Amino acid sequence: MSAGELWPWLILIGLGAFHGLNPAMGWLFAVALGLYRGSRSVVLVSLIPIALGHAAAIAVVVYAVIGLGMAIDQHSFRIVAGLLLIAWGIYHVLYGHRHRLRIGLRTGLAGLAVWSFAMATVHGAGMMLVPVLMPLAQGGEHAHHMPMTTSLGVAALAVLVHSLAMLLTTGAVALIVYEWVGLDFLRRGWINLDLLWTAALIGMGLWLLRMA
Amino acid sequence: MARWTPDPTFYPSPRLAAKAPAETLAYVAAFAPGRDVPDALAVVDVDPASPSYSTIVGGVDMPNLGDELHHYGWNACSSCLCPNAPHPHTERRYLVVPGLRSSRIHVIDIKPDPKNPKIVRVIEPEELIEATGYSRPHTVHCGTDGIYVSALGDAKGETPGGIFLMDAETFDVLGRWEVDRGPQRLAYDAWWHLGYDTLVTSEWGAPNTIENGLVPEILLGAQYGRRLHFWDLHKRKHLQEIDFGPDYQLVFELRPAHDPTKAYGFVNCVVSLKDLSSSIWTWHRDGDKWAVTKVIEIPAEPADPDLLPPVLKGFKAVPPLVTDIDLSMDDRFLYVACWGTGDLRQYDVSDPFAPKLTGTVRIGGIVARASHPKAGGPLNGGPQMVEISRDGRRVYFTNSLYGAIDPQFYPAGIDGWMVKLEANANGGIEFDPRFFVTWPKSHRPHQVRLEGGDCSSDSYCYP
Repeated sequence: MSAGELWPWLILIGLGAFHGLNPAMGWLFAVALGLYRGSRSVVLVSLIPIALGHAAAIAVVVYAVIGLGMAIDQHSFRIVAGLLLIAWGIYHVLYGHRHRLRIGLRTGLAGLAVWSFAMATVHGAGMMLVPVLMPLAQGGEHAHHMPMTTSLGVAALAVLVHSLAMLLTTGAVALIVYEWVGLDFLRRGWINLDLLWTAALIGMGLWLLRMA
Repeated sequence: MARWTPDPTFYPSPRLAAKAPAETLAYVAAFAPGRDVPDALAVVDVDPASPSYSTIVGGVDMPNLGDELHHYGWNACSSCLCPNAPHPHTERRYLVVPGLRSSRIHVIDIKPDPKNPKIVRVIEPEELIEATGYSRPHTVHCGTDGIYVSALGDAKGETPGGIFLMDAETFDVLGRWEVDRGPQRLAYDAWWHLGYDTLVTSEWGAPNTIENGLVPEILLGAQYGRRLHFWDLHKRKHLQEIDFGPDYQLVFELRPAHDPTKAYGFVNCVVSLKDLSSSIWTWHRDGDKWAVTKVIEIPAEPADPDLLPPVLKGFKAVPPLVTDIDLSMDDRFLYVACWGTGDLRQYDVSDPFAPKLTGTVRIGGIVARASHPKAGGPLNGGPQMVEISRDGRRVYFTNSLYGAIDPQFYPAGIDGWMVKLEANANGGIEFDPRFFVTWPKSHRPHQVRLEGGDCSSDSYCYP
């Protein structure tokens, strides 16, 4: 694998870590549930449905993007995807945190997965991966030679890599907070990741438009 | 405007909130019983080091007459840190102040100048009724997904009352909260156990049965509120009703444990029809249901009928009329305001089923008319809305209950005052002899809110 082929994977991993760091993506929920039951195992077990929900939300977007990429040419695709990312970024900053809440602190593992899926979707977590996935799914310079099955396989691998990076990061943060740091650190340490998140969505949207 | 770090007044847990710095300002809702001048939100200096300590240092008048400001709350609080809907970069900046009689809601910005708050939005009664079907907004709580407001009645001043939601940023009224209200008709207070996905509501009476004062026939017929209702907070469905029975009337203030892992809380019942006593009940889990247990009973005190208002002469006794209670942040001390006798009591409720009386002061009261070190003379009204500082060391209260009920029990009128108690860390209370605020004759004080939050403003998602 050349350096040029490696970078999309590194970015996927980096974005996984970025998503995992965000308390809104689940580690904080896992810590809360652990604190309620006074159990580190509860923290760890809770992370599994959270990661699955996240992966599912990513996968939905990834496969939708591949579908779209096959239906239209690369130029139009970049314009559509770029505009979509920018719109999502604006939506996120205005309405991302103003949804009716349906999952509470008594929820079970299935509820956690649903919650994680909804949070990742609303946050546009999958959308953020689009610019990185595009060259992967289309086989970069050799787009026209890549059979569809390979494309779908690469996409599945991308979802897996991203979600594993997310799970490892979110698990590490959850354990560090649960075991050592405590919740007091949230009062100063919880920087506004939602602002960074919005900036990332809009920035990637602009980049796609520029490439088009 | 979104912040870069969380609002410094948000705390993940009650344990951390108890370490918050001392408040320097208190906000007090003040209504004009004559309805000839506007109600006001007053700002009181509660910083002992300040030269204007124990005086009203600012405030804002409402734009209309006759609102009857009563209870109110913040746009956002520590519940913004909850893990299932985190948005901690919101500011605790606006007080949402309803007129209980007018059904008009005022949104008041305290940030630019905390001593001179500004009204930034007024929601007119027609708008509220149109959006929700409710009127007479009462309790305001900052929730994880919006501002929850309980309302006593419907558009016509009848039942059902219920809860409606407001957007925490735009203050748009979003609509009725309940999906399935079950048998619930009467409304009063509302609060929740965030850790148990449970909302609790209590009962007063339909607006048209209270707005001219308590109606003796309705009271003696046990037709005012006497139930608690438990709801699924997220499905918005009624789960269970607990009827206190025909002896108990007016089930009022809900004080769930601040620790979200504890599934119990306290509620006051104002009067027993059997003996005029007041009582405190603990609600708690019993198997997979909720249950209540009476844990405190405060008896009426025999009195000379000549000293009693007409409504009480026949009983030859002063009822305690416990009309407000408040629970300290560590869930250890419960403060009980006896508006009739003039007692403000402190109970150690470390064991919520076996409270111990740990302190009492007496001020005002229908018969006692007890004084204060700084007042120099008999006082009327009695301990009513009580608020505790987050560290539990200071307790503030005012003396007016409700415009139409004040003269039923204090026919000579109520001269508004606000006092402060110093609370010992291990129990015991005494007046701060330097703190006594007398209100201008035009107004009477009701609910107190403390700068940065207090013991009835915030709820927490972490133990």
